Amino acid sequence: MASGATAAGMGHLVVMDDSPAQLALTQYSRSIWRELMAQLPASVEYQACGTIWVAADEEEMVEVYAKSRICASAGVQAEVLSPAQLANAEPRLRDGLAGGLLVPDDGVVYPPAAAGFFLQQAVQAGAEFLQGSDAVFASQGLVRLANGTTLTADRILLSPGADCSLLPGLPIRRRKGHLLITDRYPGFLRHQLVELGYLKSAHSTEADSVAFNVQPRRTGQMLIGSSRQFDNNDAATDEKIVRQMLQRALAYMPGLGQLSGLRLWTGFRAATPDKLPLIGPAGRLTGEVADPSLWLAAGFEGLGITNAPGAARLMADQLLGRISMIDPEPFLPNRFVAQETVYV
Amino acid sequence: MSDGTVMVFLNGASVVVSAGSTVAAAMWNAGQPCRISVTGEVRTALCGMGICFECRALIDGRAHRRSCQVVVRDGMVVETQR
Repeated sequence: MASGATAAGMGHLVVMDDSPAQLALTQYSRSIWRELMAQLPASVEYQACGTIWVAADEEEMVEVYAKSRICASAGVQAEVLSPAQLANAEPRLRDGLAGGLLVPDDGVVYPPAAAGFFLQQAVQAGAEFLQGSDAVFASQGLVRLANGTTLTADRILLSPGADCSLLPGLPIRRRKGHLLITDRYPGFLRHQLVELGYLKSAHSTEADSVAFNVQPRRTGQMLIGSSRQFDNNDAATDEKIVRQMLQRALAYMPGLGQLSGLRLWTGFRAATPDKLPLIGPAGRLTGEVADPSLWLAAGFEGLGITNAPGAARLMADQLLGRISMIDPEPFLPNRFVAQETVYV
Repeated sequence: MSDGTVMVFLNGASVVVSAGSTVAAAMWNAGQPCRISVTGEVRTALCGMGICFECRALIDGRAHRRSCQVVVRDGMVVETQR
């Protein structure tokens, strides 16, 4: 359980606005997280620490104002910070930054514990949890495990993460990332801080990139990221990009250089070409003829934890024929099939 | 001091210790924990050779220093790492 990106990622619950569909799903999902807040066990380490998008210069402040307008029109609380307000909110940031945007309702969880909580709820509701043997085949209502076990169901929901060996035809690429966790320094950092340049890093579709992204944990530890690399399937840490990543972090928060790092690791995001996940019937994504038994919840890239509860509701709504709170259309996997048809 | 001892401040109290002692030894002799774990347990030096990180302490304002690898200095300010 939680052996892929769920264990490797930061667990930042964040509203992202780079497309209307992404804004709708992240906002919807974050609202569900906030409803769940009271039920989550302490091990999930939910913290409503908020996000500050940090602007280095006036050009990035233009983006801050644009983001704040988008937030206002969507009903997402957000507050533009002057340089003085930014320094007051996060005194360890370097001087000379242009300002920022505080999104107070964003938060942080510890993803493996959250996954464990959801799994426990499913088991209590009657689900049977099988582990220890990979699914090696899934088609026409039948799943076969590596140990020879065969399972049958009218509907099979596949959530393969970044490992698409079961369904090689999915439009998903692995995008490697690095994270470092520090020792405990309570009070060093209060909010999740992300540079606005992160948006450029996350969107640049091909080149390797790094961005300043630090997160306070309840223990006083901090997670320092981030990096993005396509076409690097080696799980080993990459010294060159780690150095770039940490230099980027030091450029924003020089005091980080005095802290002890405990552990550095990598993970693989499951990236789709349009930055949106695949939620719904697999249709013809898995072959020439649609297989009505196969359903997908995949391709969440860096937003799998944020979007998990919203994606689960969208999936349940489709399976049960219910109307969803947000438009499920932009996430339907067949959008990639339709594109191919146009160009063939 | 000229008598082969130094004075350090351990959690606010002045303590005289032998010159050349490690901070971990000074804390042990004074009955002070090196750190408090994330679940609130008191911890002190275990391996004594800089490997296990159990002896982390706040030394002269710097957090998480391995006290078994630091020799006391006159006037040093040492606190249990919390």
